[in-house]
Amino acid sequence: MSARTLAEKVWDDHVVRRSPGEPDLLYVDLHLVHEVTSPQAFDGLRLAGRRVRRPDLTLATADHNVPTTVGRPIGDPVSARQIEALARNCAEFGIRSYPMGDARQGIVHVIGPQLGLSQPGMLIVCGDSHTSTHGALGAIAFGIGTSDVEHVLATQTISRERPRTMAVTIDGQAPADVSAKDIILGIIARIGTGGGAGHLIEYRGDAIRALSMEGRMTVCNMSIEAGARAGMIAPDDTTFAYLKGRPHAPAGAEWQRALDGWRSLATDPDAPFDREVRIAAADLRPYVTWGTNPGQAVAIDGRVPDPNALADEASRASAWRALAYMDLRTGTAMRDIAVDTVFLGSCTNGRIEDLRAAADVLRGRRVRDGLRALVVPGSMAVRAQAEAEGLDRVFLDAGFEWRSAGCSMCLGMNDDVARPGERVASTSNRNFEGRQGPGARTHLVSPAVAAATAVAGHLASPADLSR
Amino acid sequence: MKAVSRVTGHALPLDRRDVDTDQIIPSDWLKRVERTGYGAGLFEAWCADPSFVLNDPRFAGATVLVAGANFGCGSSREHAAWALEDRGFRAVVAPSFADIFRSNCLAIGLVTTELPEVDVARILAAVAHDPSIEITVDVEWRSVAVPALGYAEPFSLNDASRARLLAGQDEIDLSLAHADAITSYESRRPAWLPRVRTAAG
Repeated sequence: MSARTLAEKVWDDHVVRRSPGEPDLLYVDLHLVHEVTSPQAFDGLRLAGRRVRRPDLTLATADHNVPTTVGRPIGDPVSARQIEALARNCAEFGIRSYPMGDARQGIVHVIGPQLGLSQPGMLIVCGDSHTSTHGALGAIAFGIGTSDVEHVLATQTISRERPRTMAVTIDGQAPADVSAKDIILGIIARIGTGGGAGHLIEYRGDAIRALSMEGRMTVCNMSIEAGARAGMIAPDDTTFAYLKGRPHAPAGAEWQRALDGWRSLATDPDAPFDREVRIAAADLRPYVTWGTNPGQAVAIDGRVPDPNALADEASRASAWRALAYMDLRTGTAMRDIAVDTVFLGSCTNGRIEDLRAAADVLRGRRVRDGLRALVVPGSMAVRAQAEAEGLDRVFLDAGFEWRSAGCSMCLGMNDDVARPGERVASTSNRNFEGRQGPGARTHLVSPAVAAATAVAGHLASPADLSR
Repeated sequence: MKAVSRVTGHALPLDRRDVDTDQIIPSDWLKRVERTGYGAGLFEAWCADPSFVLNDPRFAGATVLVAGANFGCGSSREHAAWALEDRGFRAVVAPSFADIFRSNCLAIGLVTTELPEVDVARILAAVAHDPSIEITVDVEWRSVAVPALGYAEPFSLNDASRARLLAGQDEIDLSLAHADAITSYESRRPAWLPRVRTAAG
C-alpha cells in the first residue's frame, strides 16, 4: 500500500461502504450529544419509528445552556424545556446522559477526552462544530448538523466525501510566552477563516509535539475557525500517558494491543499532503483579535491594523465593518484597549492546564476595580481538580467568580451574557458579532493574557504586569 | 426532504463575506426544540438596522440569496439552514461555503451554488440595481442562469448530491439499505474500543 497520512489511515479504517461517485459511508465510534442540536433529531426518530442503533456508542450531556452559578435553577423556561427534552429523550432511547449536577457533567469536548472515551484512530462526531477538539488524540472528529445527528443515531454511520489533506507544520520551539491558543490564532491569522476549507489539517512539527494534551486540544478545537473539516495530531507518548488509566481507556492486555495499533497511525514519512503550510515557531507571539472573526488577530504588542492595507475589496469592507462594530480606530495600540469583562473557560480553554496558567498570573494580584471576571471550568471534574489544587482560592482571592461547568459566556445561551457595547477579553473561540450577547465586543485571548488583562484592566500580557 | 430540480426567483443581494451562522440565526433561537419557525430570527441582529437589505421591501419574496465568500462559517447549527428555508429561500449562491453549512443545506434540500467570485460580484451588483432580475438555479442541468445579464454558467455538484436533491431522498433510508455492510463492519471492530455504559447499565 502506498504511503498514507494519519488522516487517510483513520479515514480508510472507518469506511463501511465505498462506491464510485458517492461519498464514503463511515462508521462512527463515538457520538456525543448535547441539548441544543438533538431535540429535533430525536423527534425525527420517533416520527419514523426508528431506534438508536448503538446507545453504547452514544453519550449525552447538558452544556450549552445550563446555568453556571452554583445552585441556581434554570431561569429561562425555554432553556429548561430543552434540557428536560434531553433527559426525556435519553431515557426513552436508552442513552447515558450526564445532566446538570452530575460530577461527570461538562462541555462535551472536555468530558470525552477526560473520560478516556476519545482515543487515537477513532471517528467521533457531535452536533457541534468544536468537535474537532478530539482530533488532538489522533481521532478524526468533526461537527455535524441535526439531520446528521439523526442519521448517526439511526445508523451509527455518516456519509462524507473524502477531504483533501493539509499539513500545518510549526517548526522549532515557540517562545516561552506563546501558548497553544497563540499558536492556533497565529495559524488562522496566516491562512484565514476559510483557509482550511475542504481539508483535514494535521498539525505537525516540534512546537506541536512539545504541547501537552490540553494544549493540543486547544489547537485542534479551533480548526473549524480556519474552516477546516477537522484537525488532528498524531498520537505519541504524550497521548498515551494522558490516556492510560482513564475510565474508558483500554487496560491490561488490551492496552498493549491498542498501543500497537495507535503507534502505526502516524503519517508515513513519504506520504504527500494536498497542501502544506510551514510556520516558524519563533515568529509566533501572544495574539489578540481586533475584529469580528478569529482570523482578524494581531500580536499583543501590535496595533489595530489599517483595513486599507488589505489586498482585496471584500476583505477591506469586512475589516471596516469589524472596526465599526468593535468601536476601534486604526493605529490604536492593542494594550490601550480597556475591557469590562474577562471570561476564562469554554471548550477551547476550560481545561485544568488553562486554569493553572491563569492562576499562575493571578497569585498575589487583584482584578482591576470595576472589572467583571469569571472562571467557568470546562467540566465538573476540572472544577474538582482545580479545587483540589487550591486554584479556586487563587481565583476567588483575586476577585474572579468561581463557577460550575458549562459553555457559559462563550456563546451566551445561559445567563452569562455580555451587555451591548460591553468589551470582553475571552479565552473562547469566536469573536463574531453578538456572539457573547447582542452588541457585545469580544477579543479572543489565551488564559495567561486573560488573567493579565483582568489585573491590568486593559489588554495585557503577564510580562506587562511586572513592568 | 422535498425534491428540488430547479429554483427560479428573485434574489436578495447580501454583499458581505464570512457571514457566520451566529448572524444567520443567533444562539438565543437555538434554545427552541421545534423544527420550524426560525424565519423570524434570520439575520436578527442585522435586521435591527432599517437599511439592512432584508428590510428592503424591493427584495421581499426573494428565493435566492446571493452572498460573499465563506458563507455559513462558524457553528454547525442546522438552524441556520432552517431559518433560510423558513423565510422562503430555496437556493444560496456564493463564491464559497463553509463545509458543515453546505452539508446541512443539502440535508434539507436547500441548494448551495458556488460560482467564481467575479461572477457573484457581477450578479450582486446587477440585482442590487434591479431587484426584478430573476435567477435560475437548475439542479438537473447543474447550471445558473441570469437571463437579464445574458449569464448562463455551469456549477459544480457531485452526482450523489444531485441525485439526492432531485429525488428528495431520505438519507437515513439510503444508509439503512446498507445495513448488512454496517453489521459486517461492526463485527470487525476491535474489542478494546470504548463503550459507554447505557442508561440501564
